[in-house]
Amino acid sequence: MLQLERKKEENKDILRLIGEVDASNSILLDQSIQEILEQGATVLLIDGTELEYISSAGLGVFMSYLDDFSERGIRFAIFGLNEQVNEVFKILGLDRLIAIAPDLSTATRLTHES
Amino acid sequence: MSHKLNLSCCTSALVELRSFLQNSLKAYGFSEIDRHQVTLAVEEVCANLIIHSHACNPKELIRLEVKDLKKKLAIEITDKGDAFNLLEYEVPELTQVIGEKRKGGIGILLVKKIMDEIEFETKNGENTCRLIKNFPDAYRP
Repeated sequence: MLQLERKKEENKDILRLIGEVDASNSILLDQSIQEILEQGATVLLIDGTELEYISSAGLGVFMSYLDDFSERGIRFAIFGLNEQVNEVFKILGLDRLIAIAPDLSTATRLTHES
Repeated sequence: MSHKLNLSCCTSALVELRSFLQNSLKAYGFSEIDRHQVTLAVEEVCANLIIHSHACNPKELIRLEVKDLKKKLAIEITDKGDAFNLLEYEVPELTQVIGEKRKGGIGILLVKKIMDEIEFETKNGENTCRLIKNFPDAYRP
């Protein structure tokens, strides 16, 4: 089960992922990010505090947008990942390609600096 | 002791696969992180089979068996159909995956990084992928 919640805080678009992202629902994550981009986001933060699981299908969605983000100057970070999910990002070395922060305020600071 | 599951070839069955694995992996002294990762590796192999070898046909089945091999755990994934030998699959570089904007290709990379051994065989029209994880040193059954 995956639930997606969007909110806007000042210039930040925050997408909260609740539950599990796998091959059956990664399309929903893809669509949400696409919509946010189409509406002209400048800062996109993924709130992973309630993300329990993510497979390569979901990781691949993030990876497929990394070039887009840098071309359009969109600042992107993921925050609040639990230990297990964070470890999955690290196995692949994604923590070197994506800004990963412990919490919203750190993520906000990271995206301001970049 | 072994645990078995017949999995229907549709992506909505992956949630059932995860709960089966979480239960089956409990007994062997693995850390929570190890259980999470082994679950992920098995799911990556099954998702590949479901999508690429079985075109998401829910009438086709994948057979899973979790086996205790004394010092290590084997998860056997057996299916009929076009063999996908992940040992022969050339894992892409991350930069390549990003550059090509393809939303796949990293699953097998995860499997190779997580598991200690991977075996693959095709016999009598059946393909078996065996994913092996060593038990933690501290584990004494």
